[in-house]
Amino acid sequence: MDAIATILPTFLAAEPAGAHAPGAQVGSGPPWAILIPLLPLLASALCGVCAMLRVKSKAPAFIVVAMLGASFLATAAVWLQGGGPGPMAGASVAHGWDWIQFAWGDGPGQALIANFSLYLDSLTLLWMLFVTGLATLIALYASEYMSHDVGQGYNRFFAYFALFVFAMSCLVMGDNLLMLFLGWEGVGLCSYLLIGYFYKKPSAVAAAKKAFIVNRIGDLGLVLGVFTTFVTFGTIEYAPLFEMVGAGVDGSGHALHGSWQATWIPIFFMIGAFGKSAQLPLYVWLPDAMEGPTPVSALIHAATMVTAGVYLIARMYPIFLLDDAHTALTIVAWTGALTALLAATIGMAQFDIKRIMAYSTVSQLGYMFAGLGVLTTTGAAFHVFTHAFFKATLFLCCGAVMHGFAGQLDLRKLSGVAFMKGWGVVGVAMLVGCLNLAGFPFTAGYFSKDMILAETFVTPGSVIGGASMVGWILLLTAGLTAYYTFRVFFRVFVGPQMYEPGEEHGHAPHRHDHGPGHPPGHGEHDLADARDQAQKDEPGGAHPHGHDFHPHAPGLAINAVLAILAVASVLAALTYFIHKPDHGWVGAMVHHSTAHFGGLDAHHGDEAAHASHGSFLGLDPHKAMYYVSAVIGMVGIFVAWLLHYRGRTGAAVAPADRLLGALGPIPRWAQQKWFVDELYDFVIVKPLWALSNVFHVIDKLIVDGLVNLAGLTPRGLGAGLRPSQNGLLHSYAAGMAGGIVFILLVVWAVS
Amino acid sequence: MDLATLAQGGLLHQATLTHYLFVSAAMFAIGMIGFLTRRNLIIMFLCTELMFQAAGLAFIAFGRHHLNFSGDVFVIFVLTIAAAEAALALALVVYLFRRKETLDASEWAELRG
Repeated sequence: MDAIATILPTFLAAEPAGAHAPGAQVGSGPPWAILIPLLPLLASALCGVCAMLRVKSKAPAFIVVAMLGASFLATAAVWLQGGGPGPMAGASVAHGWDWIQFAWGDGPGQALIANFSLYLDSLTLLWMLFVTGLATLIALYASEYMSHDVGQGYNRFFAYFALFVFAMSCLVMGDNLLMLFLGWEGVGLCSYLLIGYFYKKPSAVAAAKKAFIVNRIGDLGLVLGVFTTFVTFGTIEYAPLFEMVGAGVDGSGHALHGSWQATWIPIFFMIGAFGKSAQLPLYVWLPDAMEGPTPVSALIHAATMVTAGVYLIARMYPIFLLDDAHTALTIVAWTGALTALLAATIGMAQFDIKRIMAYSTVSQLGYMFAGLGVLTTTGAAFHVFTHAFFKATLFLCCGAVMHGFAGQLDLRKLSGVAFMKGWGVVGVAMLVGCLNLAGFPFTAGYFSKDMILAETFVTPGSVIGGASMVGWILLLTAGLTAYYTFRVFFRVFVGPQMYEPGEEHGHAPHRHDHGPGHPPGHGEHDLADARDQAQKDEPGGAHPHGHDFHPHAPGLAINAVLAILAVASVLAALTYFIHKPDHGWVGAMVHHSTAHFGGLDAHHGDEAAHASHGSFLGLDPHKAMYYVSAVIGMVGIFVAWLLHYRGRTGAAVAPADRLLGALGPIPRWAQQKWFVDELYDFVIVKPLWALSNVFHVIDKLIVDGLVNLAGLTPRGLGAGLRPSQNGLLHSYAAGMAGGIVFILLVVWAVS
Repeated sequence: MDLATLAQGGLLHQATLTHYLFVSAAMFAIGMIGFLTRRNLIIMFLCTELMFQAAGLAFIAFGRHHLNFSGDVFVIFVLTIAAAEAALALALVVYLFRRKETLDASEWAELRG
């Protein structure tokens, strides 16, 4: 196969020999695969029953863990049956039941068919394996983490949690765009519900609304994409869709290359992906989403839901490649890079460790998008995969700290946590997570980040405009990432042991609700109060304000989950070494799906291909990047050590503070998130307010005016006719006589 | 033509339906004009009686013309009701007079819109 052709935009040309043409052979999959989404749905319903029965035990957690575990096993079974542990050959559709089917004609494109069916291929299974696997582990973690809420919000939390997994499986497994949309909105809903879980806390409510509204903007793009797809191809089912896309024709057989649809359908999908995956300019909701309970942040806002955008683009990759100019992919690459850089700079200046992790998630999602943009779906999917493990680990470690120190998340108030009694597992897991995120050599994050970085330099600028510039931005970001990651580690987890307990964030304002003799928690409305109460009643004597505060070391469930995730984060690196020709197991999975693009492997080992490669300062990017990114990562870690560990004697001050003074107001601006929220407020919210005021006036004057006019008309008519009823007998009599005369005249005239 | 001839019905025999109707119309017109122009309640009431009788005369005339007693029956009914109504109306007039010490109909205009 011609090496140049692998870079060529046509999908078919990019198809290496032996790869499976997507949509070409779609068999029917095992019907029991439908259990994968239905088990979490059942779990959610059972939690609802628990809530109705006012269950005051951890039963809902066990139901959810069991059901999600079963769902994970079902996913694994589908995968193994389909040819695992390697990738599945081709795709199959497991038909659940008929959902939406109506036709208004016999011709092509005159019927809308969207069944509740599952599209099973390697890409789907890759996603579902880590979604269900992580969901199971995080549910187990949450069973302990949420224990303060047993009997109050516990049932509700797990009902939403399981519902999220159901929605996510619909999103990933659906065999048509409508089911994807169902899942897309479903995960958005669950995200909203879970961010707003502490619904008595105004900031949580505001964050939930912000997430929902910002996501609507992206959803508009997705909806337009689905509509345009249907109009163009006459179907929204993947199997026939990819068949047509593979042939480069639309529903009526016209060639698509150079058509407006080839440019705009990807752009619409891209906007949808930007919303869900928190990319510029729609990333602002994700940092605020940290108001939700930490297991939610770990599962939904780090590991799974936010990768839905990556999944969407990877799934629709054949459509993205239809555009010869690669407009959408170029935007994706640049947006990803700029988002990665922006979020990293903000993350460097934050003090809330959970918020730092949130910005690092935005930043890492930027890497994934950059990877998609520079034609390495493999790199993007691999980074999604490794990121899911190590970011879940990091979040859950932060959650353990938050849980143990009464909500304390400020890195200036905690130090040396890893060496405290009972915190060893958390410390080690945190170190593993940080090393991965920083891209320390031979960690999973290192390999996946490298793959994206290398491809940015490999992909010629003639295909994706400025791809190497994207690479330089990402390299800079890699250094910043290593710095801010280890800033957290060196400040919070090592160094002198000291701590200042938090106030169980945001719950204090509700304390005045507590009447004397008010039993802790009779129903969900006393959630926040009950949390406070539970905090006080804790055997460890955990008291937010007293001097007798003892950190509440994580229990078995949290430690076990952290240990498993830390090991999984390490083992994820090993997947890079199996299926080596495909660049790892994830690569093999991607290559046997619609996300396949020959950009990475088809020219690998092909001497002619290297001529067409871009280069990194004259070197082969694939080889050079191993060293370059390792050095950059270690420099970042070293700087963090220098500024935040060496010579640090207290929690609040670090050597970095002297440097910050020299930088003037810049760190403060970064801490204020570069005033992006204020900018949006000024550019979007304020004008919308002004516009709504204009509409209010229009409503008052014109709409209300018309209604009032309708009311005034009969009044005016009445006022005109009123004098005729003057109460005088003679005038009535004259009216009668006149009327009779008139009638007689008419009769006379007619006859 | 002397009175004897008249008494024997000479003139009456010569009178046709048109004559009766003419008288009836004249009576009705007089009654209506009186009703519209006079303000005294009693006079106005008398005028309505005049219009009643005009209608009654027309009934009788048509009944005779068609050799049919339906007209006569109607008139008897009308007279009966007119008698009752006269009693009622005059009583009302008395009460109205007691209220305002006047019979002027234009004094009573409380029901204006």
